[in-house]
Amino acid sequence: MKQDAAKSLRVFAAELAIYAVLVTGYFFLVLHLLGNWLYRLETQHRILYAFACILLIAGQAVVLDAVTTVLFRLLRRRWR
Amino acid sequence: MFFPISNSHINPLDLVVVGFVIGILGGFFGVGGSFIAGPALRLLGVDWNYAVGTDLAHIVGKSIVAARKHRTLGNVDLKLGMIMALGTIGGAEGGAQLIQALKRAGNVNTVVSWVAIVVYITISVFMLWESHKTLKLTRRTGSDAKAAASKADHSAFGSVTKKIQRIRIWPMVSLPTSGIKEISLWTILVVAVIGGFFSGFLGGGAGYIRMPSLVYILGIPTHLAVGTDLFEIVISASYGTFTHAIKGNVDILIALVMHTGAVIGAQIGVVATQYFAGPKIRLAFVPLPLIGAVIVIYTLVTGHKL
Repeated sequence: MKQDAAKSLRVFAAELAIYAVLVTGYFFLVLHLLGNWLYRLETQHRILYAFACILLIAGQAVVLDAVTTVLFRLLRRRWR
Repeated sequence: MFFPISNSHINPLDLVVVGFVIGILGGFFGVGGSFIAGPALRLLGVDWNYAVGTDLAHIVGKSIVAARKHRTLGNVDLKLGMIMALGTIGGAEGGAQLIQALKRAGNVNTVVSWVAIVVYITISVFMLWESHKTLKLTRRTGSDAKAAASKADHSAFGSVTKKIQRIRIWPMVSLPTSGIKEISLWTILVVAVIGGFFSGFLGGGAGYIRMPSLVYILGIPTHLAVGTDLFEIVISASYGTFTHAIKGNVDILIALVMHTGAVIGAQIGVVATQYFAGPKIRLAFVPLPLIGAVIVIYTLVTGHKL
């Protein structure tokens, strides 16, 4: 029972580590590629900016979560 | 690091830490955490209007992650969440209208501050009494460990909840995920409108009101109340983010940095709920509204707006 709990915690920690790397990378990618564009959008096209905000934040949450799951599955297969 | 949209210099690590702390609270208690995030952003040097809007944007992302995780654990009642979302948006509009009326009357700050203090302290005192009494009861019957494992929930307020569930005003709906055979749609909508009203009136997602309301008024098990509340916060915070972004109150780059910490914290918070029974989660919830009350009292006494 304790072994199971320790194993599931290790799996969770590994998944979390992959996710942390991805979300940090995502932020720098957005900052580098879209930083200036977002600034201009905020000053000139607010409605478009509002849609971009929702898309970027939801994208970070949904897409990266899905990517983490896929990556983690692939890594687990390799480890086996 | 310079954030051009809000014209502010902030250490990104500070944002990540703030996001992480709020993420844990969100995942574990099902709250947005705006009562901490707003003042924290102000302390870091973000203007008040950007603090409110940016906080909402990061809440959207964090709540999506936490709600998805809760859903995989079977802690989200989608049907209830959808019904609640309708009432919440209506209630939020009502709260915002009252704020406008008070602004015109010229006493908005005093009224909102006093209402906030009374509401926060009442919730804390009530939850402290209820969870303490329930824990005493479950210890006596020895059902605490079983309850944590099965998510079955006991509440010292359960008899009142049952009476509320027996109110038969057509149409009646069933919530099988939450284990409720029949409840009036109007009861759910009233709870949602009240939560939404306080969200519009006091700001933030009002999870500190909605989560206890789901448990005590509708009789939703605590784990499901946390997950469903998060699902509902996704909808209401998205609406808030959109309207604030149009008004120029959102710095999405700050929100994304906060989000990196928040999503990690949220996942830890969600997993932690697995190891606690409902009454223990409710007891741990008690300090949250109190922190909100302390912040409001501080702003009233010193005149500083955190």
